Amino acid sequence: MAHQPAVSTAAHPSRHVTNPLQRFLAATELDTRLLGMVGALAIIWIGFHIFSGGLFLTPRNLWNLSVQTASVAVMVTGMVLIIVTRNIDLSVGSILGLVGMVMGVMQTDILPNQLGLGLGHPMIWVLSLAAGLVVGVGIGALQGVIIAYLKVPAFIVTLGGYLVWRGAAWWVTMGRTVAPMDVRFQLMGGGPAGSIGFFWSWVVAAIACVAILVGLYFGRKQRLRFNFPLRPIWAEISLGVIGCGLAIAAVWVANAYPWPRRIAENFAAANGITIPEGGLFISHGIAIPVLIAVGVGVVMTFISMRTRFGRYVFAMGGNPEAAELAGINTRWVTVKIFMLMGGLCAIAAAISSARLNAATNALGTLDELYVIAAAVIGGTSLAGGVGTIAGALLGALVMQSLQSGMVLMGMDSPLQSIVVGIVLVFAVWLDTLYRRNKN
Amino acid sequence: MLDTRTPLVEVDDISISFGGIRAVDRASIDLYPGEVVGLLGHNGAGKSTLIKILSGAYKRDAGSIRINGQDATINNPRDAKGYGIETIYQQLAVADNVDAAANLFLGRELVTSIGTLDDAAMESKAREVMGRLNPNFRRFKEPVKALSGGQRQSVAIARAILFNARILIMDEPTAALGPQETAQVGDLIKQLKSDGIGIFLISHDIHDVFDLADRVVVMKNGQVVGSARTEDVTKDEVLGMIILGKVPPGATAGPGALED
Repeated sequence: MAHQPAVSTAAHPSRHVTNPLQRFLAATELDTRLLGMVGALAIIWIGFHIFSGGLFLTPRNLWNLSVQTASVAVMVTGMVLIIVTRNIDLSVGSILGLVGMVMGVMQTDILPNQLGLGLGHPMIWVLSLAAGLVVGVGIGALQGVIIAYLKVPAFIVTLGGYLVWRGAAWWVTMGRTVAPMDVRFQLMGGGPAGSIGFFWSWVVAAIACVAILVGLYFGRKQRLRFNFPLRPIWAEISLGVIGCGLAIAAVWVANAYPWPRRIAENFAAANGITIPEGGLFISHGIAIPVLIAVGVGVVMTFISMRTRFGRYVFAMGGNPEAAELAGINTRWVTVKIFMLMGGLCAIAAAISSARLNAATNALGTLDELYVIAAAVIGGTSLAGGVGTIAGALLGALVMQSLQSGMVLMGMDSPLQSIVVGIVLVFAVWLDTLYRRNKN
Repeated sequence: MLDTRTPLVEVDDISISFGGIRAVDRASIDLYPGEVVGLLGHNGAGKSTLIKILSGAYKRDAGSIRINGQDATINNPRDAKGYGIETIYQQLAVADNVDAAANLFLGRELVTSIGTLDDAAMESKAREVMGRLNPNFRRFKEPVKALSGGQRQSVAIARAILFNARILIMDEPTAALGPQETAQVGDLIKQLKSDGIGIFLISHDIHDVFDLADRVVVMKNGQVVGSARTEDVTKDEVLGMIILGKVPPGATAGPGALED
């Protein structure tokens, strides 16, 4: 069906603005708050780069930063939905610990020994991860049911869960550390083997660029179909260039970080490659945990923006009574949110334990605080109804940047905590000011 | 003549208590297709509570509800909507942080063939409905929080009529509106009435409803004082029912009527 060119299309709001910067923002419909966060992140990065004597903005550090952020980034996407509905989850770190232990015992003992698959069986990592997901989602469902149907406040239920699941993690092996992990499972933790390499990283960049352009095209087509104001063409092109540029830049950085010399030499020896003059340069490329986190971010953004479930989450956060009166089964939605959170904790547990190559009963300690802080720094309002996945992911990156930057500067660890605490309060204060001015 | 038809709604002998207080005490009301019934009474007379039982927000302790002569089970707002009962609440029941289209379709979103939200289709339909209801409404993209009381009320009303309601309950529909918007709501009620929709109008102010209603039912202290066709009584007589519980000759006395 051909669409008539819309003659009477309403003027885009950007037509009425003269200031070039404001006009750019209005025309591209970019979220100014998100841009502010990107600006803050840029300041943090450049500041640390200068004060650490040029150590921060290196491919190596940025690559490590991305891997370190992955676990919290996965969990924060679920925490956003929880906080948006005016709940809280203090138990995510403990769930991560317990699920990590369960997956550790599955792959080191239960699957290879008791079920007789033998160590190194290719299905071990899948089955371990599946078991972890079942435990995580199950814990989430249990907490969700108590919160939604028994009407115990989420703060209390998850505070109880914080103690219960941490204790349960200890009980799995009576406190013994489980190591080493399955070889394939380890890939989820990153490292030279757990990265997808030069070629596939560029493939990912290409897919990302195509997705961005196709998204812009269909968005425009949809607006045309319903006669809505269109973004000016130059704004669409800017968005495409910025989006693709970011994807390409990220992959370029990941590819600029080579394998450590010794590992590269071992690899060369094992594969009969002669080492060229000046050493062998094998790119890491994007780490698998980062790919998982990005994938989770995309899926969760989709869920929150494009599905009924996501719409209900935000409506419940804005006015729980209205949501209930509109016929939404708010209790069941609450249970689903906590189940989702449990599943995300399991994914984060896989990343953390794979990266450590061990499951300990202390895994994920304090993670709940980092996750909540990242969500709040990322613009999620504790009053409910407001928050974005992208903002929360940026918040997680800001938190991790602060921490690794301070490590690079050689700051004492108590001082690091003090700085992170102050930054959290400061960021929320800035956000309050921003929102007040906006209204 | 009305009595020969099956009532759209018969609410029979409904009671509900909150912590020992009988908010509604054996109240019965009915509604016919194309009829506007004004439910009047002081604040705290039990009108809103009675109506919330019909719309599924509260569960009754006793009594029965019949829709088109059939016994109806209404345990939550979803059940009520299933019977075509739409309610516009006193405390504007809109989700403040999402836009008008999202509010109109809340709980009944339009989805694409792959099950994702079809925002463009919803916004388009919202523009159509709102254009009919309140042609000055332009702010479709903003969270409802940013709208004026009248605009928010238009959103709430549009939501109720969007899904072909057969029974419309309006709880103080004009309380937050200016004179012009109030007149618009009046026109809208007449239009819906001519479409055969039955409407309960709830108000503590007799002037809001007397001219629009075919019949008034007055409540006091949780009980029905009496009901009357508006042509058979004067405003002053109805005021007497509201304030004193005194039933005039043109009205039918209920259980809450003042004993002589």
